[in-house]
This record gives sequence, structure tokens and C-alpha cells, in this order.
Amino acid sequence: MKIPTSGRWPRFALRRAARLLVSLWVLVTAAFLMIHLVPGDPVRAALGPTAPADLVLARKQELGLLEPLWRQYVTFLRHLLSGELGVSISSRLPVGETIAQRLPATAQLAVAAFLLAVAVAVPVGVAMATLTRRGRGRRVELAFTSTNVVIGAIPDFLLGVGLVYLLAVQTHLFPVAGRDGLDSYVLPVLALAIGPAAVLSRIVRVEMLAVLETDYVRTARAKRLASLRVHLVHALPNAVTATLTLGGLLLSSLVAGTVLVENVFAWPGLGSSIVSSIVAKDYPMVQGTVLVYGVGVLLVNTLVDVVLALLDPRSAIGES
Amino acid sequence: MRAARVLLRPVGFAGFGLLTLVLLAAAFGPVLWGGRAAAVDTGNLLAGPSAEHWIGTDNLGRDLFARVLVAARLSILLAVAATAISLLLGILLGAAPMLLGRRLGRLVTSAVNVLVAFPGLLLVLFFAVVFGVGARGAVLAVGVAGAPAFARLCHTLMAAVSERDYIAVARIAGVSRIRVLLRHVLPNVAEPLVVNATMAAGGVLLTFAGLSFLGLGVQAPSYDWGKLMQDGLNGIYVHPLAALGPGIAVVLAGLAFNLTGEAFAAMFGLGDSPGRSRSLEEPREPVAATPAVPGTVLSVEGLRVTIPGPAGPIRAVRGVTFSVSDGEAVGVVGESGSGKSLTALALAGLIEPPVRVEAGHLVVAGEDLMAAGAHRRLGTSLAIVFQDPMTSFNPAHRVGPQLAEVSRFHQRIGRRAALARAVDRLRAVRIREPERRARQYPFEFSGGMRQRAMIGMGLMGDPRLIIADEPTTALDVTVQRQVLELLAEVRRDTGAALLLISHDVSVVTDVCDRVLVMYAGRVVEELPAKDLRTLARHPYTRALVAAVPDMDTDLSRPLAVIPGLPADPVHVPAGCAFAPRCPLADDHCRAVAPALVAGVACHKATEVPV
Repeated sequence: MKIPTSGRWPRFALRRAARLLVSLWVLVTAAFLMIHLVPGDPVRAALGPTAPADLVLARKQELGLLEPLWRQYVTFLRHLLSGELGVSISSRLPVGETIAQRLPATAQLAVAAFLLAVAVAVPVGVAMATLTRRGRGRRVELAFTSTNVVIGAIPDFLLGVGLVYLLAVQTHLFPVAGRDGLDSYVLPVLALAIGPAAVLSRIVRVEMLAVLETDYVRTARAKRLASLRVHLVHALPNAVTATLTLGGLLLSSLVAGTVLVENVFAWPGLGSSIVSSIVAKDYPMVQGTVLVYGVGVLLVNTLVDVVLALLDPRSAIGES
Repeated sequence: MRAARVLLRPVGFAGFGLLTLVLLAAAFGPVLWGGRAAAVDTGNLLAGPSAEHWIGTDNLGRDLFARVLVAARLSILLAVAATAISLLLGILLGAAPMLLGRRLGRLVTSAVNVLVAFPGLLLVLFFAVVFGVGARGAVLAVGVAGAPAFARLCHTLMAAVSERDYIAVARIAGVSRIRVLLRHVLPNVAEPLVVNATMAAGGVLLTFAGLSFLGLGVQAPSYDWGKLMQDGLNGIYVHPLAALGPGIAVVLAGLAFNLTGEAFAAMFGLGDSPGRSRSLEEPREPVAATPAVPGTVLSVEGLRVTIPGPAGPIRAVRGVTFSVSDGEAVGVVGESGSGKSLTALALAGLIEPPVRVEAGHLVVAGEDLMAAGAHRRLGTSLAIVFQDPMTSFNPAHRVGPQLAEVSRFHQRIGRRAALARAVDRLRAVRIREPERRARQYPFEFSGGMRQRAMIGMGLMGDPRLIIADEPTTALDVTVQRQVLELLAEVRRDTGAALLLISHDVSVVTDVCDRVLVMYAGRVVEELPAKDLRTLARHPYTRALVAAVPDMDTDLSRPLAVIPGLPADPVHVPAGCAFAPRCPLADDHCRAVAPALVAGVACHKATEVPV
């Protein structure tokens, strides 16, 4: 799509960038403060009550915890800018390295699940809207909404357990756990995608129903276009714009949802490492992982806003 | 009373029923099954389901079904506690603009907006680090992490309430901020808050199960449903029910909270569940097919439009018969609700089920609309101009392609050639710089420009008839004139006939050759436009004309109105529909509906002095 040459795009970019920067700053500061918010002595807690006092002191020195808070903050920011995330307390490996190793597995899972959810939800939502429009197909509507509510109430990790039971333990179609080959992706991706697909399809349907009643769809019908064209070219883009806002929220919660599903499937991603680091009180590791997750979420939100502005130019001028 | 009605609906019934069961299990589970859940049976380790142990035993031989029931109390308590923390913090944060004053309040609000953008689970993990692993830490973490969402909700609700007069009065009266919040604001936002808290409790329950499942929540030897699932997952190969049983419990409990919340929402009118409208399939009265009047571009006989409604079918159009000759301009006037717009939509073939259209015949531009497949061919021979130009263009597409689409689809012209024709048509409807305008979106056009572009869209084909449904109503007076002149010019150039629907008597007399006056879904009078003001015979037409002020109207006296209300389309009277408002009506008028004879449908037509 060619970008029009008026002033609203630079202004939109500026406003959106400012929001992203503020959110990033909040995220970074929160990650920095996390270790200081922990009641008691975090290093003592991490190393256990039996650790010798001089070891605790040495680790504190190493983590820079003995310096004044403002200097720690400056050092933290400077390290962050040069891509340094510190060293894990338990494994003694650079946090950045571990994350770089584990991030792709998580990202693959989230992106695949999101694409699957959208690929399922949009056609299902559109079909349901067409079938149940104006009080038609009451039974279909009832069946759709009740399945939807039930599926929506099942958390993704439970779906994962259920899928493992049905498709791995019972039928041996797919591996129970681990990341080894394409078929190992099927169950975790399904577990992550089913819930969002249900929610999204419900929203696509509601939006589509509203759009199908608008004057401009009547105009399209007055032009005697083929019904498929009226639905897909005239109605769908307008329904999708409204759906995208929520789709973005879903994608970012999907990023976080990987934590649970990865634990079900022993997936070697960030999700399994953040849980073990929280249990082990490996604060630098947690800090780095939270930052990566947070940045991922913020980038997704920004991306959604940009796509939204391209699809519906009015959203770029309006107060967002 | 209201609660009873909610209970009777399936959602309410299922929700309350499940919630009662869950709460009973939480209250009495540990008392009734506590012993059984703790009884170690070393002879029966990790047993499968049996009559004695419905979903088997765990690695110490303890009965898992009893453990699931016992775990209900801890699971529910933790979820409710976390929800309460979220709610309390949310109210405090949401009320910040009210308590802390504008500047600090705005800071809190924008901080909340930043936090809301992060998914709940991420916040939970963050706070789980701060508060530490374990049940207490997890409650705090889930509670604090849920606060931003509640804060956003409270803020929105409170902002709406604090605009109201009684809050302003309380403030002026010097009532303290906290008192205003507690006495005046909170009671007014309590209903939606309770509904949302109920639904949130369901979500929190699931989150908590997730945390315990990860090993960050409840720690052994205590157990909630998440912990039971975590223990069960390791043995899923040999003993799947150990993991699935507590999972099912979590889902049922989550559903219980969710459905109850939904039912409350429906009760308070917050939800989006629409009222059920019965689709009434009543026997259709057969309509005899009749041939079209030759030499006409539009011919319709006995047109009926029926809308199914909860109180019975609404007969919006009740037998309309007329025709439009080639090149003629016919106006349709009447009050809102007279069925004139539905007539126009029916003639354009744009009415969809469940609204029903019936007619003896309905022939538009040579196409029999009662036959299948005729609609598509109307794409080039029928032009339609709608009432509201602001909403009749698709906001997601540029104007040029929206016009070009007609030619591309119906005349099989290539994209470039079709766009060139669109630019040409935009120029024909006097849009300046049509090349640039064609590349713009509808929201960049003014109302008058959009209406002209809409006329231009009709000119993409070769229209024999233009149906204009209140084309100037949404426009201001100066633009109205331009659009009407454009319509007249288009008719001169193309020779198209015009069917103009309007409530504006003066517009119709200016533009049209002939006028149909509609009342309660029927044509009550048909006469040449030039005679409308002077030679009308139907009392309704005369009243309608008299209600239009002109230059001679005495402005010191009240403007003339038609007394009474338009006929109720659900209960149309048996006789003349205008009789209840008519000064001349007698018992005969009220009993027998007059037919349209010699251009007027009135028993008293001969008595009206012309």
C-alpha cells in the first residue's frame, strides 16, 4: 500500500514511537527494580542459608548491589544498551547467551500458534456470521457460542495435557514432549492456538455481523457485486480492523502463554527457563527473560497499531 | 424478581448450578473427604480408576477423587483472595484522578495504561519473583497483576459517573473526596464491578492453577488443583486421569464463575446478548402474478413488505402499485414510517430475509426481480443514491476503485480502464481534481462531495432508472440544491428516469413530474407534481402540504402540524389508516379501507373542496 503524502503519517509515527519509548522505559526500570523489591537479601536467598558470608558478599559485589542505587541504575542501562544482560547466578553463563539460544524455540511456537489461530478464526467467524445473520440458523448459533464459551474456559496448558493424552498417549500420533522434528510442533502449537482461535472467531463473527448491516455493504450490494466479493472485499477488511486490536492483545498474551505450554511439553524455550530461574532465585536470568518477553509484547502491540493504521487510515489521525 | 428471571435462562441456570456445586465442595470438601484424601494406602500406589477410587490413586495410594474435592477449598479461597486484592487495588488506582487531583491522577492513569498493555501472565511472573514462590506470594502476585485491568475499568466507569450532576452537587457542598467516592461514586459503579469481578475470579482460578502447575504457587504438602495437575503430569503415560481429573475440576469451576458473571451481566443489561426475536412464519397470502405495464422502466403491483417482529409481523408496505415511464421523474412523499424508504429498497431488490417482499410483479429496467438471477444485471441499468453519504461509502477503500469496481465487475473492463472511467465520472459529477480525489478515502470527502460521488457511481453503468432515497436529507441546504441540480442534469444527459423518495414536499414538487403520497404503507394519492399544492384531494396530502411553511406563512402563529400520531404498523386499523387523524372521517371510513380510484384513496374525496 502506498503511503499518502500528507502530514498525518509522521505525526502518527511520532506519537506511536513516543508511546513505545515510555513503555520501554517503564519495562526496563521495572526489570531493574525487581531485584530490589525482593524482601530481604536476594543473594542470600539465591545461594541458600548455608552459603558462607564472604561468598554472598562477593556475589553482591559482582552484581553491583553494593553501590548506590542510582549508580546501579546507570550501569544497568549502559550494559543494556551494549546488549549485556549480566551473568546467571546459578549457571555462571551470560544471560544473553542463554536467551539467544532459547528464544527461537519460543518465538516459533508463538508465531505458528498465532498464524494458526488467525487462519482458523477468520474463515470460521465469517462463515458463522453469514450463517447466523439476522436470526437465521439459531441452532448453529447456539452450538457455536456454547462450544466457544467452553473452549475459551479451558486454559492452554490444560488443553496441552488433554492433547497429550488423546494424541500422544492414546494414539501415539505425535511425540509427548520435546522439540525434535516438525511433528513435535503440532501439539504445543495446537494447545496454544485453540483458545485464541475460539475467542477470535467469536469476535470476527460479531464484527462481521455489525459490518454486514452497514450502509456501505448495502451500497456494495446495490452495485450487484457477487456475494463473495461483497463479503470478502467490502465487509471483511472493516471487520478485520476491529478484530486486529484484540488479535494483537491475543498475540501478546500468546507470547506469555508459551510459558505454561512449554512446561507441559518440556519445550526448550524461554518459558521453561524462566520458571526454573524463578524457583532457583536466579535474578539476572529472570530479569533478562522478563525484558525479552516484555520487549516482544511491546513490539507486537506497536506492529498491530501500524497494521491497523494501514488498513484503516482513520485510526492514524484519531486519538489512539 | 430479576434474579429469578436470570436463573430461568440456560446460561444463568448452568452458571448458578455449577457455582453452587463448586462452593459446596469448597465448604464441605475438607470436612467430608479430608480423611479419605489423606489416607495412605501402600498396597494401592498409582492405581487406575476403579469402583473404590473413581479416578485412581496417587503415588502414596491416596484417593485422587477425594483429593480433587478437598482441593476445591484452597483453590477457590486463593482465587477469591487474589480477586479481592485486584479489585481493591483497582478501585484505588482507578479512583486516583478523583482522590489525588488531576495532575497526579493523570500520571497514575497513564501508568495503568502502560501496564495494561502487558499480558497478565507476564505481570504475574514478575510479581511472583518479587513476592517469592509459595501460596502467599502467588496470591499477592496474581492480585497485584490483575489490578491494572480493574483500574482501567474503574477509571472508565467512574469517569462516566463523576460527570453526573449529583456528584458535582456533593463536591460543591464540600463533601470530602473519600466520602464522595464511598457514598456517591462506588454504589453507582458497583454492579458492573461485581459482574467483572465474578468473571475475573474465573480467570484468576485458571491463572492460579497455572502457577501451581508451574510449581510457583501452592507448595507440598498443601495442594490445590494446579498442584494436583503438576503431580499428575509426570505420570500421564500410565495414569492420565490423575492429570485430567483436577483439570476438569478447574475448567468446571472457571465456567461456573464465568457463566454466573455473564448471567449477571445480562441481568444488568451490560452484556451483548440480544433479545430473542421470534421469527414468525405465518401463512403467506398468495399474490396473483400480473404482467408489467409496457413502456415503463419500473412497474410494480401489489408490493408488500413484511417485517417479523416480537409483537407480530409489521406490515410496513401494504400493497403498493405504480409504474414509472421511461425518462419520467416520480416523487414519493410521506412521513417517516409511511413505508416509502422500504418501498425504495424493495424496488432496488436490496431487502434481505427475514424481511419479506411480495408482489404481483416487480419489473425494474426490464428485469423481473421476482425471478432469480435478475439482480446482477441491474448493476449497470439501475443507479441508487442513498440517504446518508457519510456511511454509504466503504471506509476501507479509496473512492476511485469503489466506482471502478462497477465497471470491472459488470462490464469486464481492466483495472486501469475502469479507473479512468471512474475519474471521468467523478469529473462528470463536478468533482474538482478528479484524479487526486479518486485516490483519496471517503473520509477525506465532504458530505456533498460524497453524495455527488455516489451519483457518479450510478453513472458508471448506463442507468435507465435512478432510485434516490432521501438523497438530500443528510446535507445542508446549499449543498442540497447542488445535488438536486446535478440529478436533474444527469437525467437530461442520460435520459434516465428518477424515483425520488423524500419527506420534503418542496423538493419533490421542484424536481418531479408526478407525486405519490404514501401513508401507513399505502399510496393514498397520486397526482401531477404541479397540482400537489393546489389540487390535492386526500385530506392527508392537504395536511402534509399545509404543514410546509412558505414565504406567505404567518410566522406569528404556530406552524401547522398534522394532529395525532402516524399509524402503528403492527396494528393497522381495518378501515382507512388515516381515519383516526382525519377531520372528515366517519364510521364508514373507520370500517372500510378505501381503494386507490382515479388517483386518490379516500371515501370523502368528492366532499373535499378543491
